[in-house]
Amino acid sequence: MENWRNNKLVFAVLALPPTAWLVIFFTVPLIIMWVYSFAERGPQGQINLAVNFANYVRAVEWIHLGIIWKSIWIAAITTVITFAVGFPLAMGIAFAPARWKNVLLLLVILPFWTNLLIRTYAWIAVLRTRGFLNFGLEWAHDKLSALFALFGFPELMGEFEALELLYNQKAVVIGLVYVYLPFLVLPIYATIEKLDKSYLEASLDLGAGHWRTLFSVTIPLALPGIASGCLLAFILSMGTFLTPALLGGTDSEMIGNLIARQFSSSRDWPFGSALSFLLLYMTFIILWVRASLAGRAGGGPI
Amino acid sequence: MKSTLNFPFTRRRFLQGTGAAFAAVSFGGSGAFAADKKVNVYNWDTYIGDTTLGSFTDKTGIEVQYDLYANLEEMFAKFQAGNPGYDVIFPSDYMIETMIAADMLVELDRSRIPNFKNVDEAFLNPSFDPGCKYNAPYFWGSVGIGYRKSKVGEVNSWGALFDSDKHSGRMAMLADQRFVMGVALLYLGYSANTTNQDEINAARDLLIKTKKHLKGFVPDSGQDMLISGDIDLVMEWNGDILKVMEEDDDLTYVIPDEGTVIWVDGLSIPKGAPNMDAAYEFINHVMDANVNAEVANTIHYATTNKAAREFVSKDDLANPAIYASDAVVAKSEALADVGDALPMYDAAWTEIQAS
Repeated sequence: MENWRNNKLVFAVLALPPTAWLVIFFTVPLIIMWVYSFAERGPQGQINLAVNFANYVRAVEWIHLGIIWKSIWIAAITTVITFAVGFPLAMGIAFAPARWKNVLLLLVILPFWTNLLIRTYAWIAVLRTRGFLNFGLEWAHDKLSALFALFGFPELMGEFEALELLYNQKAVVIGLVYVYLPFLVLPIYATIEKLDKSYLEASLDLGAGHWRTLFSVTIPLALPGIASGCLLAFILSMGTFLTPALLGGTDSEMIGNLIARQFSSSRDWPFGSALSFLLLYMTFIILWVRASLAGRAGGGPI
Repeated sequence: MKSTLNFPFTRRRFLQGTGAAFAAVSFGGSGAFAADKKVNVYNWDTYIGDTTLGSFTDKTGIEVQYDLYANLEEMFAKFQAGNPGYDVIFPSDYMIETMIAADMLVELDRSRIPNFKNVDEAFLNPSFDPGCKYNAPYFWGSVGIGYRKSKVGEVNSWGALFDSDKHSGRMAMLADQRFVMGVALLYLGYSANTTNQDEINAARDLLIKTKKHLKGFVPDSGQDMLISGDIDLVMEWNGDILKVMEEDDDLTYVIPDEGTVIWVDGLSIPKGAPNMDAAYEFINHVMDANVNAEVANTIHYATTNKAAREFVSKDDLANPAIYASDAVVAKSEALADVGDALPMYDAAWTEIQAS
């Protein structure tokens, strides 16, 4: 039988555009940045090529490690919450009736049709002191007060105090969960959708309850998807800069903001490149750990 | 005029409608016309009068190719690989200094700009370009305090932000490291462009102390927080506060008595400009008193052109968010390029953010 691999020309023609794209727009810029990360900053922010590790030494100063640690922490909390919300959602879509599935999937990706900046500003309008959420709470508070007053307890509810929901780490986490939820839901949905439903039926038929089936059969089988989804959410939250810039308070600077600043007002591209590569190396380590764990477990696809 | 440099989505210059965006024509190289029949202008968005370009073409027969940029770093990055064909640009204070140091600007021949005499002498000797050799001053603005009168009373010192917990949790500052550090330095009695590590550290400590009373360092959304009632006091650009003052009478803007950090934009000719004659004609045109006043009445920023003030709307001249008293201006400073000291500012700012 003719193997398509034998026809080298067709393969080469098909592979050329994506390879060229990757090399020109991904590999080459990455190499340039890598070279920059060893350069020196000139007085006007010029990039003077050199070979020194000063940028990396500066990148691992305590203050920067502290910011990286804070970013890891925020990304971890975001991932846990995103998983708690996203996993049931992915299950729900996977087990929904076929005619609903596409509509539900569409709803998950619908936010991508609007610019992230605008969606983040919308969160400001929702969360701020005089925002929609506080207005809603105040309305509910007033109605309840009126109700209690009817029964003779006018003082029970006290004065309404607006919640401080914006400009702190919580707001950043809320924003990140919102932004990266689809990235977690879609891979998990894909694995659950593909999984052989007869395993679940067998489990139920053989006497395991629904919870037992979920934890002993569904989740282990969906693990590759869960790992991919969580990794995506974690890595993307880790490098974010827009959400903490807009929703964060005075102590919410993450590594992404620090890097963005080096390429703008601080005009220190070499240091910014070194910080970016530090982030990249950390991402590689996470992916490597993930790959070797998957390898030990028998090699599921990432 | 600087944008909030940390962010690509600044609204420092509030949008005056989309007219200017439509005026942008793609840049088509410069070979098609005789050199003196065309001038390639590269400017900030919404930073020219409605009729400025038309009246220039009517008067001189020179066609204007008009391109826009959103922030200085974007403009500067284009010039780092050599002048892509522009004749006139509008860099700000510290960027003028940077471009002079990088040998990117032409030393202006004043004899070819007769209207240079119209410039207010307060702007003729800036630290970033002593003697204005490389730039012709255009417009200026400031950072100051926007506040809600009914909640705060009257404010006339930066101390309201730096030395008071009276409005704790009801204040915010810009997220621009040089401007915020600059104001803190001025308040402490130092230069906003100091390169002295101890002075920078003192400003850092002041900001760390102040920070716990702030809602945030906000990228250009301070005016929205002010008008929505989330805060009562904010360090912001005058143009942004001006916008919300028009919507809410209870809001006002002040440049505190200690002075402030101002920005000044100039007109410059980049080296390698293909249409040098037309560039001089264009600069001279924009510095004409009537033409300049028309720009001022369109964009509502403060002009550096003394002769033009006669034709500027009286409301604008009386508005504290546009024109400040000469005494306050005299105490204010524009940002200079601090060169090798910039990483010191960056480190201080990182410590403020991380503490």
